Amino acid sequence: MSMLAIADDALIAAQRLLAWVSRAPSMEEDVALANIALDQLGVARALLSAIGDEDALAFGREAHEFRNCLLVELPDDPGGGVWGDFGVLTVKLLFLSAYQKLLYDRLADGEPGVLKDVAGKARKESAYHLDHATRWTLRLGDGTAESHARAQDAVDALWPYTHEFDRRADWLAVVEPVLAKATLTRPADGWAPTGGREGRHTEHLSYLLAEMQSTHRAHPGATW
Amino acid sequence: MVTTLDAVRSAVAAVVDPELPTLTIDDLGILRSVEIVDGAVEVTITPTYLACPALATITDDIRAALSALGHPDARVRTRLSPPWTTAWITDAGRAKLTAAGVAPPRSLPILGASTAYRTGLPPRSHDDPVACPLCGSTRTTELSPFGATACQALWRCEECREPFTHVKPH
Repeated sequence: MSMLAIADDALIAAQRLLAWVSRAPSMEEDVALANIALDQLGVARALLSAIGDEDALAFGREAHEFRNCLLVELPDDPGGGVWGDFGVLTVKLLFLSAYQKLLYDRLADGEPGVLKDVAGKARKESAYHLDHATRWTLRLGDGTAESHARAQDAVDALWPYTHEFDRRADWLAVVEPVLAKATLTRPADGWAPTGGREGRHTEHLSYLLAEMQSTHRAHPGATW
Repeated sequence: MVTTLDAVRSAVAAVVDPELPTLTIDDLGILRSVEIVDGAVEVTITPTYLACPALATITDDIRAALSALGHPDARVRTRLSPPWTTAWITDAGRAKLTAAGVAPPRSLPILGASTAYRTGLPPRSHDDPVACPLCGSTRTTELSPFGATACQALWRCEECREPFTHVKPH
């Protein structure tokens, strides 16, 4: 796992999460998602700054130069069509934060360097993300017939993309008990799209980048 | 103007956190060191959370304080490791938080203890209660683990019915 891939996961996740601010089901949830997005941005900035110029890397690259996993670029924006759903947001955050928590734990206990330092901070932040996503998953999955159906749809839709995570057995050990407790069915493994780590992305990333990079591209070199 | 290292350290330690202005950076435990390196003052601080937006303001405030003491060339460095934890908030800082109506942090999360759907965070039960900073009751409820800043959570007292913020264990 390259440093750039870890940074890009966090950066793209932050951009998706921020779309929810002012549109979440409650004010507390607006605040929570903004906090989680900010944490993700913190990881992205720390790592991109260690790699090079953070602005050039975030705002100057084309989609094929990004190394994020496909899961984080999938839309979940409110009003974003079939994917735009709080159930999708919740399940995606569960899948992502379980993966990130395991990754950061490993890096924090690993070789000295920037990744170890950043992971030493981020592991604690991701523990809160995982906790938050877990509680929402239980609430939606084991909630009403409607919330259960939408959470199950989200699990089914997102499951294929989780094959891109390394050390899948560790990840399953975290996620499967949550799904079971939430009365959600763990999907069978089948279609397993990959390519994000090599720069082969879904069509959704280009649209996300077009929005995220528009100000920088319109005003190159501008400062406050 | 020449100042002693003690005076420099005092000036730096008195800089406040803009998000919790009742606390100095010394109370908060984010001031790592104040040294003279190659004739210039070098201050090392550590962020509470990676993306803590207050860090830039704190850096500016430290530079301004040192400039006023005759050290316009002071350097402020940020170090991530070892990571800050809420255990570094001083006893004086905890008392100031309570006095300002903010519940200080409880015991620390147990990292790496995540199993099943428990994630290693501290229990929310009354085994480890958060006392209401206004009336002292421990009959309190967490509304959200995320608050107005990265380090705060939203709570409510079931006794006096007032909402309050809590510096969450980290």
